[in-house]
Amino acid sequence: MANPASPDTCPSLVTLTRVVKDYGPLRVLDHLDLAIHDGEKVALIGPSGSGKSTILRLIKGLEHPSDGVVAINDCPVVVRSLSKGLFAPRRKTEHQVGMVFQHFNLFPHMNVEQNIIEAPLRVLRISMAEARERAAHYLEQVGLSEKAKAFPSTLSGGQQQRVAIARALAMQPRIMLFDEVTSALDPELVSEVLNVIRKVAHEQKMTMLLVTHEMNFARDISDRVIFMEHGKIVDDGTPQEVLVTPKNPRTKQFLRLVGQP
Amino acid sequence: MRRLKNNTRKGNGLNAVMSFETAWFIAQTLAKGAVVTLEITVLAALLALPLGFAVALLRVSPWRVTRLLSTVYVEFLRGTSALVQLFYLFFVFPPLFGVVLSPMETGVIGLGVNFSAYASEIIRSALINIDRGQRDAVLALDFPPMEAFRRVLLPQVMPLMLPPLGILLIELLKSTSLVYTITLMDLTFAGHNIITSVGYQTTTWTVVLLCYFMLAWPLSRMVKRYERHLTRHRTARGQA
Amino acid sequence: MTFDVAFAWSILPSLLKGLAVTFQVVVLGFVAALCLGLTLAVLRHAGRGPVPALTRAYVMFISHTPLLVQLFFLYFVLPQIGLRFSAMTTGILGLGLYFGAYIAEAWRGAIEDIHYGQWEAARALDLPPLATWIRIILPQTVKPMLPVLGNYLIGMFKETPLLAMITIPELFQITKQIADLTYNYNETYTLLGLLFLLISVPSSLLFQYLEKRSHGKSRVA
Repeated sequence: MANPASPDTCPSLVTLTRVVKDYGPLRVLDHLDLAIHDGEKVALIGPSGSGKSTILRLIKGLEHPSDGVVAINDCPVVVRSLSKGLFAPRRKTEHQVGMVFQHFNLFPHMNVEQNIIEAPLRVLRISMAEARERAAHYLEQVGLSEKAKAFPSTLSGGQQQRVAIARALAMQPRIMLFDEVTSALDPELVSEVLNVIRKVAHEQKMTMLLVTHEMNFARDISDRVIFMEHGKIVDDGTPQEVLVTPKNPRTKQFLRLVGQP
Repeated sequence: MRRLKNNTRKGNGLNAVMSFETAWFIAQTLAKGAVVTLEITVLAALLALPLGFAVALLRVSPWRVTRLLSTVYVEFLRGTSALVQLFYLFFVFPPLFGVVLSPMETGVIGLGVNFSAYASEIIRSALINIDRGQRDAVLALDFPPMEAFRRVLLPQVMPLMLPPLGILLIELLKSTSLVYTITLMDLTFAGHNIITSVGYQTTTWTVVLLCYFMLAWPLSRMVKRYERHLTRHRTARGQA
Repeated sequence: MTFDVAFAWSILPSLLKGLAVTFQVVVLGFVAALCLGLTLAVLRHAGRGPVPALTRAYVMFISHTPLLVQLFFLYFVLPQIGLRFSAMTTGILGLGLYFGAYIAEAWRGAIEDIHYGQWEAARALDLPPLATWIRIILPQTVKPMLPVLGNYLIGMFKETPLLAMITIPELFQITKQIADLTYNYNETYTLLGLLFLLISVPSSLLFQYLEKRSHGKSRVA
């Protein structure tokens, strides 16, 4: 969408090359190759444990691949250790990838606005006035303007997740990762979060990767659907190809199991 | 022995190498002190445990008066310092009540009573954390109270209170160093004794610290191992 | 033997003077312990190379040896290696080093209790490590740490009589001197015990109340 040239001629934005990820004896990703182009909206589907979330975590650099290379713009993703490196020299970090988690992970000691402005202030180093303006803008986008001063514990799960989306958007990343963002929500709260993401997908040009179990949502929102099983990509194509008229028998079986036609 | 000598050489480099006789004297004195320290620890623990248990039972008893009295007992002992209590027992009690306690008796009773307060708190919190469902089940089966407690409830809370009681035992071991102030010849006293007779400040205090550490460390290893065993056991059962 | 109220009254000012010294040592010692404990706890997580293992060893050694012997060590050995401190300073140092180890261990636990999602969220936003610690992680440890710190403050107060053994003129030392001089053990030590109760019981009740209140609040919230 951002680039009128066909995806084949322009270099891909995110590339995973022969990526392996093991958790102890368990192989979660098995020599996986994947290229994602600028502006693509990709839905990752598949049974739990198939390695979908792991792909997102590797792209964000939350974990090291056991083998292979994960690169953004041809630069390997740097994995910052969870807690070490306190006294490491400060590099200028460029924020390219934003992530929204299954369990929201809002900072409980900060109110909604503080949650949103914290990273723009400290990472992008924009002014307080600008940060608050941004917060107001994105809170409006997710429909929670009136909750700016509320604390996360006073919000419903759906509201918390919308704040988490606003928090990630406020960093204006090129790539957004959504990791099963509705799985921890009560059923009646799912749609409000999906609607927000749908809106974002239609209005913003950013690249998006979504791990989801909501097949209808995946069909609406994405321009590419990837079906995974046992750490491998089984099926990869447009929503029409993968979800509506699947050819692959395994995809068919999975869709039947989750109650899709 | 060789290690002691090396320590000396490193510790006070100006001094000459320690003679064998001196090293032997130091080792002997420390060993005797360590025995006294262990003796007090064990005896005080043997006093503190049943006493703490009794106080804990009184604190969860249905009678107001016993609850009040046991609370006062615990708060009083925890509110004043162990050293103050030892001195009180050593200097104030004998003339007041006409009983003369030996330093050893004073140390054991003083520390034992002091630590019974802390032990009772551990036991009490384990007791009040007994699962309601278990209590209801016991009542539903018309167990006699004593049987219910002994056969069903106690075995459940025992594993929970053993680790904190083990840590308390380490604290007790450390606290026995206080008895040196009432002329008991424990490990700490041994340190002073060595220094007044042969010197070697640095070496002696280092070795005394190491002695305490070597007495306390295995205890804490045991607690850790037991805790690990416990969590494994629980998760295994939880999955089943 | 009876309790001589007039005598007890007459020695009270001296004891209160000793109590002032005790307070001074406790306040300074606690500040030292707080700084050391926090530093060690953070280093345990964020230190490089052998640093985490060293902090662990420090905490292990300190918490498995008696404070009294540590005080003797500081008091007698430090001058030998050229560090001459006043008894007061040595006492503050001793309390700080000892309770610092305990506070470090508790703080480490508080840090570990923070859900890993908080770390991940901070990293997803590319917050630098220092900002992650100062803005995200440590503020969340304050609330669980407060009652613990309160307990250690009272604990430190109750350990101050040991400082008499290295000649600091605090409450216990003063009491002991008067007792040894006048043989009025009953009045002096009873008064001492009362003073201790007067301070530690209300403060421990206060901390219990504060803890309960903060619990209640969080439940409402």
